[in-house]
Amino acid sequence: MKAGAARALRWTRVNLFSTPLNAALTLFIAYLAVRLLPGTVGWAVLRASLTAADDRACAASGGACWAFILDWSRFILFGRFPYAQQWRPAIVLVIFAALLLASFSRLLPGRWLALAWAGGLGAVALLMWGGVLGMPYVDTALWNGLPLTLILAAGGLGISFPLALLLALGRRSSLPAVRTLSIVYIEGARGVPFIAWLFLMLVLLPLFLPPGVAIAKLWRAEIAFALFIAAYLAEVVRGGLQAIPRGQYEAADALGLGYLHKTALVILPQALAVTIPAQVNTFIGAFKDTALISIVGLFDLLQDTNTALNDPAWRMAYVEGYVFVGAVYFVFCYSMSLYSRRLERRLGRERR
Amino acid sequence: MIELRRVNKWFGGRQVLKDVSLTVARGERVVVCGPSGAGKSTMIRCINRLEEHQQGEIFVDGIELTGDVKQIEAIRREVGMVFQHFNLFPHLTVLDNLTLAPIWVRRMPRREAEDLAMLYLERVRIPEQAGKYPSQLSGGEQQRVAIARALCMKPQIMLFDEPTSALDPEMIKEVLDVMVELAQSGMTMICVTHEMGFAREVADLMVFMDQGEVIETAPPDRFFTAPRNERTRLFLGRILRQ
Repeated sequence: MKAGAARALRWTRVNLFSTPLNAALTLFIAYLAVRLLPGTVGWAVLRASLTAADDRACAASGGACWAFILDWSRFILFGRFPYAQQWRPAIVLVIFAALLLASFSRLLPGRWLALAWAGGLGAVALLMWGGVLGMPYVDTALWNGLPLTLILAAGGLGISFPLALLLALGRRSSLPAVRTLSIVYIEGARGVPFIAWLFLMLVLLPLFLPPGVAIAKLWRAEIAFALFIAAYLAEVVRGGLQAIPRGQYEAADALGLGYLHKTALVILPQALAVTIPAQVNTFIGAFKDTALISIVGLFDLLQDTNTALNDPAWRMAYVEGYVFVGAVYFVFCYSMSLYSRRLERRLGRERR
Repeated sequence: MIELRRVNKWFGGRQVLKDVSLTVARGERVVVCGPSGAGKSTMIRCINRLEEHQQGEIFVDGIELTGDVKQIEAIRREVGMVFQHFNLFPHLTVLDNLTLAPIWVRRMPRREAEDLAMLYLERVRIPEQAGKYPSQLSGGEQQRVAIARALCMKPQIMLFDEPTSALDPEMIKEVLDVMVELAQSGMTMICVTHEMGFAREVADLMVFMDQGEVIETAPPDRFFTAPRNERTRLFLGRILRQ
């Protein structure tokens, strides 16, 4: 016991009070905690209400109105997807969670993981669309809420990544036409706000299609989203390509590897590994940017929450609504960050 | 096996190879020496087209080196190269470094490529490092892996571009020992090196270059005892005193 106390004291001195500045910071943070924590915990937990009938009842207890989230949870998560069929997007969420967990845990070897993603996304499409196996067809306009956010993000990142690789390689190509095209694309996509591209895509894309062919608004938004992120991601990858020493190219050349093999087996694996932090930065930004598609009338998680807040009974519960949405976004973004750190550690072990 | 005919090359306005001619027969070991900036590395890098020559002709194994990519790749498959700075692939294990080209260029089954890789790792005396990454090895070990990597392509010719210059002195011998063994096995070799002991031991032909020109070509006994050119004498005087 005594040894334990001594060790704790020693830890405190070394870690919290090692220098005057450190001691001052420790005291300052302790002060903030004392001032802010009781209020926050009291609001979010102690005085919170899970059962209140409306926002006025919550106000009486002075705590958070989680009852609003519970009351409207199905609408916030699934929006206008036919109520009786909402088990379908619910399974979609489970599939996404399973895919993300499978990716994070690295239980599956790479090839199986890719297959799992392909199969999983296929199942997602099947469940959302329906029209088979006794599931009624559901139009993409009714794909709302969290599934929409995840589909936009997964599709956008999935399409933009290979495109970004091509653009990054194209920008460093020795063929002038390829290089110019890549530069024009990247600078054009980056130089205009995403929202502008979103509107342009919705209005312009139909003009290029043969008459009678229509692409649902969701897919037009998805394409705009993917094309936009690809430009940013391409620049990230290009940074990685520039970090590869010339000797690596020469060694691959000297072994007789052709351009494709050299790029795919020697250069890109290294370029992608060194740019993981920047890639994840782009991915996290892009994930949150999916919220912008509500501007063109698609109902993602955030827009569903806004709609729910129109309920006269819960008009005052917007803080809770936005805290909830924020928490959902945070869970996804933070897990991406955790995943990237693990990946960095693993690749770092290989290198040095 | 290798023939260079009046090869010229410029970097910008500076001429780095001046009318370089050289013939290397099958099984011959050639050591190229000379002061830094003499064009030694540039010359051997022209042989597998890591550098492009602007005038003259280079034939490797009967094929002329032109801009034709297919021909360049064909020649590179037959010509192994070892670099001053090893240039191992840091993201791959030693074994994967060795099997990469046989699998993807020679289309060899993985199992066969791994057996071959282990055979060469044994020849360079580090089979126990197969599962490690290059950064976990010493410089001498890395260079021996690089030699084994080149050998796994079963090349007809091996080029060495100052293979021991980046090594700590105590590691030079382990690399040279491997190179001597390779020379004794009958491999056609061109080595750019300042290791004159190695040159005396294995070279069939010494080539001295200075300022982009081949100044003197001679068998080692005559080269070291009775160099004809004044510049060769000066260079040898400087390098052998060390």
